[in-house]
Amino acid sequence: MAMVSVKNLKKTYGKFTAVDDISFEIQKGEIFGFLGPNGAGKTSTINMMIGLSRPTAGEITVDGIDVRKQTKKAQSIMGIVPDESNLYNEMDGFNNLCFCAALYGMRKKEREAKALELLELFKLKDAGKRPFKAYSKGMRRKLTIAAALIHSPQVLFLDEPTTGIDVESSRQIREMIVDLKKQGTTVFLTTHYIEEAERICDRIAFIANGHIVALGTVPKLMGSISHGHGIHFLTDKNAESFATELETCFKGTKVTIQPDHSLVIVAEQRIPLFPVIAFFQDRGIDVFEAREIRPSLEDVFVKLTGIESSVLKKDAEKVGPK
Amino acid sequence: MKAWIAFWNILKKDIKNYYLKPPNISWGIIFPLSWTLMQVIRSPDGNILNLLPGLISMSVLFGTTSMLAVTITFERSGRSFERLLLAPISLGTMVLAKIAGTILFGIFNAFVPVIFASFFINLSAINWTIVFFAVLMISITSALMGLLIAVSAEQVFEAQTLSNFFRFPMLFLCGLFVPITSLPVFLRPLSYILPLTYGTDILNGAFVGTNTLPPLLCFGILLIFAVSLFLICRHCINKKWIL
Repeated sequence: MAMVSVKNLKKTYGKFTAVDDISFEIQKGEIFGFLGPNGAGKTSTINMMIGLSRPTAGEITVDGIDVRKQTKKAQSIMGIVPDESNLYNEMDGFNNLCFCAALYGMRKKEREAKALELLELFKLKDAGKRPFKAYSKGMRRKLTIAAALIHSPQVLFLDEPTTGIDVESSRQIREMIVDLKKQGTTVFLTTHYIEEAERICDRIAFIANGHIVALGTVPKLMGSISHGHGIHFLTDKNAESFATELETCFKGTKVTIQPDHSLVIVAEQRIPLFPVIAFFQDRGIDVFEAREIRPSLEDVFVKLTGIESSVLKKDAEKVGPK
Repeated sequence: MKAWIAFWNILKKDIKNYYLKPPNISWGIIFPLSWTLMQVIRSPDGNILNLLPGLISMSVLFGTTSMLAVTITFERSGRSFERLLLAPISLGTMVLAKIAGTILFGIFNAFVPVIFASFFINLSAINWTIVFFAVLMISITSALMGLLIAVSAEQVFEAQTLSNFFRFPMLFLCGLFVPITSLPVFLRPLSYILPLTYGTDILNGAFVGTNTLPPLLCFGILLIFAVSLFLICRHCINKKWIL
């Protein structure tokens, strides 16, 4: 049985449809990425999944619990990190964690021990007695994640966990997410960052205009778009002088010259490397570099959604630097 | 047990973060004190005992309605209120925990004029059990009205404006300044749909014996108001904050 199951989920606000009939499943211990630009329906989806918003139609279950009918029971096994760090500014880090633990009914000794453990884990022990309002953005994010983990949830929902924070904190958060997966926690992650999703997610869903346009593992998504096989060559001569000759020698190939005067050979079939090297050697051309060109997840995203990846990057920049 | 832990910790957090802050403590003391002094200076020959029901009611009403409306609106704008909505506790427990701090603050406000008055007059003949329960019921209904305001407001200033919009007409209609029988006939029905009218009537009876309705009836009506307001608040939160 899937840990999280979403079936035909729909959310409308008046005439506007934010989420339109989406379905997916997340297995136990999986990191599931939800990738899309602002307004694609990511936050609407996550809000319905955590019980903060009512679906217009569809079903959501978490560990077999119907989120619509047994919201509070489902929430007891969820850890939730909203897109904004929303702990109490007046309280210090330690007391914020203890308060969050109390909301889950944890006893004093248990919650204090767990709060200390998490402060240690997130390298925030020294800041534990500082008020939350004095924390940097990265520290605020880490403490918000720690608060979501205080009751050892089975499923962790992370809405844009690394948006707007420094590189070091982002790296620590990504490492922590991978560690949680190793411990068996199921993670649902929404993000603007394609590289982040590619690096840590087991499966990714691309969402655009409320629809899931593609869903699968990174290799599966890569393979889902048809592309030729390409090799990039960097030589000691300007490639323009022999590009046409190269195309004539190797039937079915297309040679394009790059701005740095290197060249890319593309063909429908895989291109054997040695004949091409021999071609260069015969003409006294030295080859410094030859590498196979693979489509990136970014290429796949652009092709499948029709949205330029720069749109995602701009969305992320609106929130803050990574 | 889990619900109790959550309830107690929400209450403790609110008391520490909001009600025990120096500006609020000073408001809780200075506001009732200045009203009392104002009345004493205005009519030095007046009977302080006659003034006490009004002073207590006003102190509770002003202390509770604005505090809850402002703190909840403040928590909502910072999104920390979402933590409570996402916690595995029922909306009822959450609402009770949020109003509990305000009720205690209202009771504290109510007894400031009483303590002040005790320096000038003998209060030993007063039935304090009735006074305490009247104050408690006024605090509960006022706190729930504050919560209703919080549900309707998006910003802190909106909550404050809305609070005043309700509070001032209520003060003039509940029989504190003008007896209900002296009000224009078309305004009288309005007086009887205000919980403060019944709370003030009990206090009038307890301090000076000038109540117009039997105290038991007033307590019953206040209880109906409290339960109805609680259910309306819970329904509104469920409808408005879980979209």
